[in-house]
Amino acid sequence: MLPIVLLSVSAVALLFLGFMKSRSVLLPATLLFLAVALVVNFLDWNKTYLYFNGMLRTDNLAMIFTAITLVSSFLVVALSGSFAEEEAAQPAEYYAIILFSLVGAVMMIGYENLIMLFVGVEILSVAMYVLTGSDKRNLRSNEAALKYFLMGAFATGIMLFGMALLYGATGSFTLAGIASYASHAQQGLSLIFYVGLLMLLIGLLFKVSAAPFHFWTPDVYDGAPTIFTAYMSTVVKTAGFAALLHLLAVSFTGVYTFWSIILAVITAITLIAGNVTAVYQDSFKRMMAYSSISHAGYLLIGLAALSVQSRQAIVFYSLAYSVATISAFGVLLLVARQRSMQTLSSNPTSGESFDAFNGLAKQNPLLGLAMATSMLSLAGIPLTAGFWGKFYMFSTAVAQGQIWLLVVAVLMSAVGIYYYFRVIIAMYFRDGATEPIRVSPVFQYVLVAAIILTIGLGVAPGLLQGLF
Amino acid sequence: MLTLALILFPALAACLLLFTNGSMSRQLAFGAALVETALVVFIFNKFLPTPASQFGFDYPWIPSLGIRLSAGIDGISLLLTLLTGILVPLIVLSTFNRNYERPGTFYALMLFMQSALMGVFTARDGFLFYFFFEAALIPIYFLAAMWGGANRIPVTFKFFIYTIFGSLFMLLTLVYLYYQTPATATSLHSSAIVDFYKLNLSASAQGWVFWGLFIAFAIKMPVFPFHTWQPDTYVESPTPATMLLAGIMLKMGIYGLIRLLLPVTPLGIETWGQTAVILSVIGIVYGSIIAIRQRDMKRLIAYSSFSHVGLMAAGVFSQTETGLQGALIQMLAHGINVVGLFFVADVIYSRTDTRQLDQLGGITRTTPKLTVYFMIMMLGSVALPLTNGFIGEFLLLHGVYTYNHYIGLAAGFTIIFGAVYLLRMFQKAMFGPTNARTESFADLTMSESWVFVPLVVLVFWMGIYPTTFMKMTEPAVANLMKFVGNTAISMK
Repeated sequence: MLPIVLLSVSAVALLFLGFMKSRSVLLPATLLFLAVALVVNFLDWNKTYLYFNGMLRTDNLAMIFTAITLVSSFLVVALSGSFAEEEAAQPAEYYAIILFSLVGAVMMIGYENLIMLFVGVEILSVAMYVLTGSDKRNLRSNEAALKYFLMGAFATGIMLFGMALLYGATGSFTLAGIASYASHAQQGLSLIFYVGLLMLLIGLLFKVSAAPFHFWTPDVYDGAPTIFTAYMSTVVKTAGFAALLHLLAVSFTGVYTFWSIILAVITAITLIAGNVTAVYQDSFKRMMAYSSISHAGYLLIGLAALSVQSRQAIVFYSLAYSVATISAFGVLLLVARQRSMQTLSSNPTSGESFDAFNGLAKQNPLLGLAMATSMLSLAGIPLTAGFWGKFYMFSTAVAQGQIWLLVVAVLMSAVGIYYYFRVIIAMYFRDGATEPIRVSPVFQYVLVAAIILTIGLGVAPGLLQGLF
Repeated sequence: MLTLALILFPALAACLLLFTNGSMSRQLAFGAALVETALVVFIFNKFLPTPASQFGFDYPWIPSLGIRLSAGIDGISLLLTLLTGILVPLIVLSTFNRNYERPGTFYALMLFMQSALMGVFTARDGFLFYFFFEAALIPIYFLAAMWGGANRIPVTFKFFIYTIFGSLFMLLTLVYLYYQTPATATSLHSSAIVDFYKLNLSASAQGWVFWGLFIAFAIKMPVFPFHTWQPDTYVESPTPATMLLAGIMLKMGIYGLIRLLLPVTPLGIETWGQTAVILSVIGIVYGSIIAIRQRDMKRLIAYSSFSHVGLMAAGVFSQTETGLQGALIQMLAHGINVVGLFFVADVIYSRTDTRQLDQLGGITRTTPKLTVYFMIMMLGSVALPLTNGFIGEFLLLHGVYTYNHYIGLAAGFTIIFGAVYLLRMFQKAMFGPTNARTESFADLTMSESWVFVPLVVLVFWMGIYPTTFMKMTEPAVANLMKFVGNTAISMK
C-alpha cells in the first residue's frame, strides 16, 4: 500500500520535473523514487494489512513480489540513460509512465478483490501500450503499439466477462467469497462458474504471454524500444504470475482438479511453442521474445502443480529470470546501437541479429561476461540463479506427480540451450572486426550487479529463502 | 575440512589466474596444481581404510528443503580424487612448450574444472553432486571451443547439448528420489545420497530411476549408442582439454554408476542391467573395430578409450565385488594411460604437424626416450601383466565372467583388439622408414620427460603392487555391495 502512494506521488512529481530545462535530473530522481519505494515497501515486513475495505492486502509474499518488480524497474531505468538523451524522447513522461505502471503492478500483486485486479491490470496495460509506441517515428513501433492495444483490449474484455460470470455464479467479487463458494458448493457448481474461471484465466494468461495466447508477443517485443521490451518482459510477467498465483491459490483450490489439467496442457503448449520457435529466429531480440514465452511456460509449471512450494518457486524464478533478462537486453541495447552506427546499414534491425555479437567478448570482456551469465542463467545451467529456478519448478511438479509435464519441460530445456548458446558462441568463438563498445559507468554497475546477483543466487540459493 | 580445501583451493587459484598473463600463468597454475597434489597425497596417507566417509564437511545449503553442502572422502572417492590430483599438474606441465592465446583464462578454466571434478567425486548430497557434475561442463566447453581445432564450434556444441540433455534427466530423477525420502528432524525430505540408498522403491519405479540415471551417465562415459559426440570432441579439443575429458571427466560417468545407480536401483538393474551390459559390450567390440581402422592417432585413442570404458561399465553392472574393484582400479589406470597416450600424440603432432599414421614412421631412430615412454604407456593400455592395465582388466573380466560366461567372453575381445590397434599405432608411428617429416624428430625436452616420469612410475606401481590402492577401496566397495545385496534381497 505504501509503495502505491509513494509511486503515484513521485510519478506526478516527475512530470513536473520534466518542465525543467535540464533533463539530467530525471534519471537520478527516478532511481531515487524507486529506491525509496523499495525501502518503504519493507516497512510492513511480517505484518499483514488490509486496505480499502479489504480490497488490497500487504503480506510478506506480496512485498517480495513488489520488491522484485521494483528492483527490475530500478535496473531497467538505470540502463535507460542514453535513451533519454535522444532528441525526440520525452524522458519525464516515460519515467512517469513507468512509475504509474508500477502502481498497477503492485495492485495486481496485492489484490483481494477482482475489481482491484482489473484496475491493476488496466493501469499496467495502458502504460505498456503507450511505451510500446513511444518511438513515434518508427513504423515497427507504431504497428506494435496498435497490435498490442487491440489484442490487449480484447483480452481485457474476455477477462472482464469472466469476472462478471464469476460474480453471477458466486455473488461476490472478493477472493474469499469466491473461495468459500467454490469449496462449499462442491457438488453443484454452476456451469457459469467454470466458464467465468476459464475466461478470467485466459485474460491473465494473455498478459503473461502463455500459448496459445502468445501470438502478439514476438511482434510487440520486437517493435517496442529495447529498453521497454526489457521492462515489459520482466515487470509485467512478474506481476501477472503473482496475480495468477494469488487467484488460484486463494480462490480456486477447491476446483484444483478442473483447472490444473487445463493449465498443464497450456504449460506444455507454451513450452513447446516458445522454445521450438525461438530456435528459428535470426534476430536476437525476437529470440528473446520467444524465450520469454518459454519462461512463461516454466513459471506455469509452478501453477499447474500448485502446492506450498509453488510460492517459493515462482518468486525465485521470477527474480532469476528478471535479472538475467534485463542484463541481456542491456547488452543488446549497447550492441545494437553501436553496430547499426558502425555499419550504417539500411536495415535498422541489423544490430539486433546474432551476428552483431560476433567477437564481443574479446573487445568487451564485461559485456561478454554479463551476456554469458544471463544466457547460462536463462538456460538453467548450474552456478547460476536460473538453475535453481528450474530446480524449484521441477520440484513442485514432481511433488504433484506431473511427470509427463516435466519430461516435456526437460526436453524443451535442452532445446533452449541451443538458442541461448548461439549468442555465447557468437561472442566468444567468432571473429568480429569491430572497435570496443563504450560502456558508461552506470551500465557497468548494473551489469556487474546483475552478474553478482545471478551467480550469488546460483551458489547460495538459500539467501532468498531466508525471507520466507 | 580437508575436502573443502580440496574443492575450493583450485577455484580460488583459478580466480587469481584470470588476472595473469604470459608464462607466469602456467607457472602459477602448475604451482597451484602441485599444492593440490600435495593435499591429495596427504589425504591418501591419512586415510583409514574403513567404509566411513572422512575429512568431510557439512553445512546447510538450502535449509528449507533440507539440501546440504556435504562432502567427504571414502575409499571410492579417494581413488578418483587421487587421479584428479595427480593428472592435473601433469596436464598443465604438458603444455609448457605450447603457447596458448590468453593463457590466464586457459589455465584458470583448467583449475575451475579441477575444482568441479573434486566436487563431483566427494559430494555426499545428491544435488551437490549434480551441481558439480554440470559445473564441470562449463569450463571444459570453453576450453574445447575457444582453443580447439577448425571444426570446434559445431562439435563442442553437440557435446554440450548432448551431455546437458542427459543430465537433465538425472536432475529429474534426483528430484523424484528426493521426494521419496522420509522426513528428517529439520525438513520434510532429505537429499543425502545415503538416504537415497535406503529407499524402498517399487520395481517399476526403480526401472524409471534406472533409465533416468543411466542415460545421463551413459552419455558422459560414453556407452554405445550414446557415444557419437565423443570422437569428434576428443579430436577437435586442444590436447590438454582432451586429456581432462578422457583422463578424468569420463570417470564422472562411471563414478555416478557406482555411487548412485548401483545402490539406489538394485531392482532396476535386475530388470535392465543385462541391457546395459550388452550395450557396454557392444561398445567394447564396436569401438575396438573402429579403432583398428583409424589413421588419426587422436581419433584412434578416442575410440580405444570408448572401448575401454565399455568394459568398466560392464564390470560395474556385473554387480560383483571384483567387477566393482576392477572398475575402480581401471578408472585410475585408464586415466593414467590415456593421458600418456594423448601426450604422445601431442608431442608427435607438435613436431611433425600431423597425426596421420601413414605420414609418420621411423621416429624411434632419433628418440630413445619417447620410444620407451610411449612403449610403456601402450603396454599399460594393452594390459600387459606387471602394468596397471592388467590388474584392472583382469578384475573386470573376472567380474563380467561371473555375471555371464558368454558376455565375459565377448568382453575379453577388448584385450585382443586392444593389442591389435595399439601395436599397430606404435608400429606405424615409430618404426619403418623415416620421411621428410620425421627425419629430424627431436627427442623429449626436460619438461616433456617430466610429464611421463610420474605416469610411468604409477603404471608399474599399480601393476606390481596394486594393494596400495585396492586396500583403500575394499571396505567402501564391500559396504556398497551390502546395500546392493540387502535391498535386493529384502525386496524379494
